[in-house]
Amino acid sequence: MIRRIVGQAASVVVVLWGAASLAFLALRIIPGDPVDVMLGPQAQVSEDVKDAIRAELGLDRPLFEQYVTYVGQLIRGDLGESYQLRMPVAEVIGRQLGSTLQLTALAMLIAVVLALSAALVARGPVSRGIVAATELVLLSSPVFWIGLVLLSVFAFGLGWFPVSGTRNPATIVLPAVTLALPVAALLGQVLRDGMEAAQRQPFATSVRARGAGHARLTMHHTLRHGAAGALTLTAYLVGSLLGGAVLVETVFARPGLGRVTLSAITDRDLPVLGGIILLSAFTFVLVNVIVELLHPVLDPRVRTETVRTRP
Amino acid sequence: MSVGRRVLFVVALLVLAIIALAAVAPDLISARDPLQTDVRGALQAPSAEHLFGTDQSGRDIFTRVVHGTGRSVGIGLLATGLALVLGLLVGTVAGIAPRIVDVAAMRVTDVLLAFPEFLVALIVVAVLGPGPLNVAIAVTLAAAPVYVRLGRVQTRTLAAAEHVEAARILGVAPVLAFVRHVVPGVLGSLSVLATIGIGSSILAAAGLSFLGLGPAEPAPEWGLMLASGRNVLAQAWWISVFPGAAITMTVISASVVGRTLRARAEGRSS
Repeated sequence: MIRRIVGQAASVVVVLWGAASLAFLALRIIPGDPVDVMLGPQAQVSEDVKDAIRAELGLDRPLFEQYVTYVGQLIRGDLGESYQLRMPVAEVIGRQLGSTLQLTALAMLIAVVLALSAALVARGPVSRGIVAATELVLLSSPVFWIGLVLLSVFAFGLGWFPVSGTRNPATIVLPAVTLALPVAALLGQVLRDGMEAAQRQPFATSVRARGAGHARLTMHHTLRHGAAGALTLTAYLVGSLLGGAVLVETVFARPGLGRVTLSAITDRDLPVLGGIILLSAFTFVLVNVIVELLHPVLDPRVRTETVRTRP
Repeated sequence: MSVGRRVLFVVALLVLAIIALAAVAPDLISARDPLQTDVRGALQAPSAEHLFGTDQSGRDIFTRVVHGTGRSVGIGLLATGLALVLGLLVGTVAGIAPRIVDVAAMRVTDVLLAFPEFLVALIVVAVLGPGPLNVAIAVTLAAAPVYVRLGRVQTRTLAAAEHVEAARILGVAPVLAFVRHVVPGVLGSLSVLATIGIGSSILAAAGLSFLGLGPAEPAPEWGLMLASGRNVLAQAWWISVFPGAAITMTVISASVVGRTLRARAEGRSS
């Protein structure tokens, strides 16, 4: 058990350190002078002033020293200052974090509900075929196109939902559904495959032989197998939600981290981008630790294994 | 393979053939000029004359979708091809290199795999700057870790396989045995992965163009056309809907063909 915790902690440190190095690289290998990028193309600034800015930011020091300073700042929780907004990066991200968290959390909830109901409802060959075809279409469609189609049908066509804005709580529904649909499709596929595989195993026959009905077999046994398989995908799914948020927030003109990322890219605001990189790596690590903790709860086989390896 | 699956496979192949024709010779399908504007004919709904309607400048959407095929599908294909080459080179080297090189390569892929693919692509575009070629490179680097991993695993498996050992015992030089008996096998597995990966590469590339990081107006490109229709969605749904449908059709066909090929490859190996 202790060995597992140490191993986990080590991989957490490696991923975060790798992310920090990646952020540093992105900040430094960029073609062009960071100071020129910072000042913008129209700025008329003398070389002396540029040198002063360079010295202030520490850009005149050797690369390795800059790297050590950067990592040192990160350890103290300092993400640097945005070139464009002249605000601490932590504040830029912190202001928009809530909006994106709401969106992705609601999307995850919708995706899980949709995938579960599809996996439970689709039992016959016909309904299974329909569900599989829908999943294929959703997985093959660009998420921003799904958003635009939903907008034209439900906002412009039927008028059920507001088009954009943030005041009205109903504005979150369409973006969250858009973001949820591809994730639900993938989750549903994995869940169904896992459940079907479990139904073919000998234990399913013995459960049926003991007189359990289909509902009991599904709820107590096969669904659990399917869910354990789907759980290993969680980090990937959360990642694709965050990536999709950039597109969905653009489609629905919602504020959030996606918009922050996009404007950091177009303005070449590299400290902000570095912050986004680190936040994303941190999320990945956090989700993985949670999954690791949840896995034994869902899957008894993992549980017995940890007991057996205990000295 | 059931009848239903076989029909689906043939239909998907047909769609891909039409897409290939549109990419290579768009004029055969639509003889109009994709850049020809017509202010008086702007925002017309789909009709017999304009199959998919017209956009804000009166350009024919059908023609633009057809002429955009080469660019949109081409970026995805290029990215997949580059990822395959990268996977083959780095994967085989990591598979036979000394442990320290192997470990270093695997740690780099570990870190890259910790990020959502789309975010990796966005960061690469941020570093390189926008443009169609940079979008292709960005999508390549985002997809590459999976190819590198598969290439490495396949190299290790095949290098220890009996037919390779037999070649060595027969006196074939190690380098020659590797090139003739290991590399083709690795290439085969990577190609199967690539046929499935084309779809997601096209989606990622379209996403980057939708955000305005790919080709610039007035070039016809599906992601870009979708973005330009966003602001007039209330009056003219067709500007965004048809290019998106083209992306979906392409990706569905590619993944149906890819999955069928994978099923066949797995059936053969087991």
